[in-house]
Amino acid sequence: MDVSLGTLIGQAGTFLVLVLVTMKFVWPPLTQAMEERRQKIAEGLAQSDEAEKALEKAEQQAEQIIREARAKSGEIIDQAGKRGNEIVEQAKQDAIAERDRQVAAAEADIKLAANQAREVLRERLAELAISGAERVIEQELDAERHRKLLDKLAAEL
Amino acid sequence: MQFAYAASESGEFSPTEYVSHHLGHWTVGEGLWTFHLDTLFFSVTLGLAMVFVFWLAARRASAGIPGKLQNFVEVLVDFVDNSVKESFHGPRQFIAPLALTIFVWIFLWNLMDLIPVDYIPLFASQVLGIEYMRVVPSADVNAPFAISLSVLVLILVYSVKGKGFGGFGREMLFHPFGKNILLWPANILLNLVELIAKPVSLALRLFGNLYAAELIFILIAMLPWWIQFIPGGAWAIFHILVIPLQAFIFMTLTIVYLSLAYEEH
Repeated sequence: MDVSLGTLIGQAGTFLVLVLVTMKFVWPPLTQAMEERRQKIAEGLAQSDEAEKALEKAEQQAEQIIREARAKSGEIIDQAGKRGNEIVEQAKQDAIAERDRQVAAAEADIKLAANQAREVLRERLAELAISGAERVIEQELDAERHRKLLDKLAAEL
Repeated sequence: MQFAYAASESGEFSPTEYVSHHLGHWTVGEGLWTFHLDTLFFSVTLGLAMVFVFWLAARRASAGIPGKLQNFVEVLVDFVDNSVKESFHGPRQFIAPLALTIFVWIFLWNLMDLIPVDYIPLFASQVLGIEYMRVVPSADVNAPFAISLSVLVLILVYSVKGKGFGGFGREMLFHPFGKNILLWPANILLNLVELIAKPVSLALRLFGNLYAAELIFILIAMLPWWIQFIPGGAWAIFHILVIPLQAFIFMTLTIVYLSLAYEEH
């Protein structure tokens, strides 16, 4: 072991310089960068957790909305069916009413025509009765005088 | 100085000469004020390389996706920071960079041991004309002691910083036997021994391991060339464990000593 004070002091001085340089220029930026990265990663992980939760929530909401929409659409279909039935029913009734109305109108027309025909026939009968009576009696009758009598007769038919 | 490589090339060198030549330092100066230029050169070069690589990584350090270099240095930083965090429960802005420097610098010193023992000395003697060259700073007792004595200074600084002058003095006087004034000399003696044993053991553990390893590499290098790869390979593989382990032990014990000094107990 050859002890050399010069070497000892030189080495110690070098050591001091190396430690100081490391402490001043190496350690702080590296540890700072590492710490920052650690925080970044932590934030990233927290964010991904949050995103996962948000996604889950959104999925639940979407499911809820779909369920509601399905229920609503079912309702709408039911209503539409009902409404359709109602319309058909209404149309049927309208058609029946129209038919009844038209039948009634036709009946009324027929009755009117029959009445008119009856009137004509009644008049013709009166004339025939008068002419028949003129011929049967073969005498001059005052047609004007007996006319009122015959009309009364015809009205009673 | 007689057993230069020029002499050994003739085939006329004894094992003793070979080994002692390998254990000689490239020096300037005399006596205590001798400078081991090889130790200083390699440790300073390695230290500068280390700091330069760290600086390259730190310069572009970003919280985004780290590059390969940044990633590598961050792994080191994280590893050292965790080691410090486990033992030292105070502000780490000095201790942690200190531990990182100790770990990596000593690791690089030890790593020099894996360079085949003759390469650099041969290059130094044949090309540069430098007789003696030892490339493993940790196998020079001065280098480990330089760090461990610095650690001793830090132990004293942190003792005062953590406990105050009074607290530190009381601990020196009262601990471990008791407050009785008759026990003070024994307490002081024991505490001084403990205090001195820390840097001594710290340095000698590292020095002993690496010196022995270097010596074994030198001995293996004296075997016939066609057999060297078997013991050389085995020893190198084993040494791969020793290199980081010794660096890690040095760093960990430094942290532990500083933690003991800093905290009341």
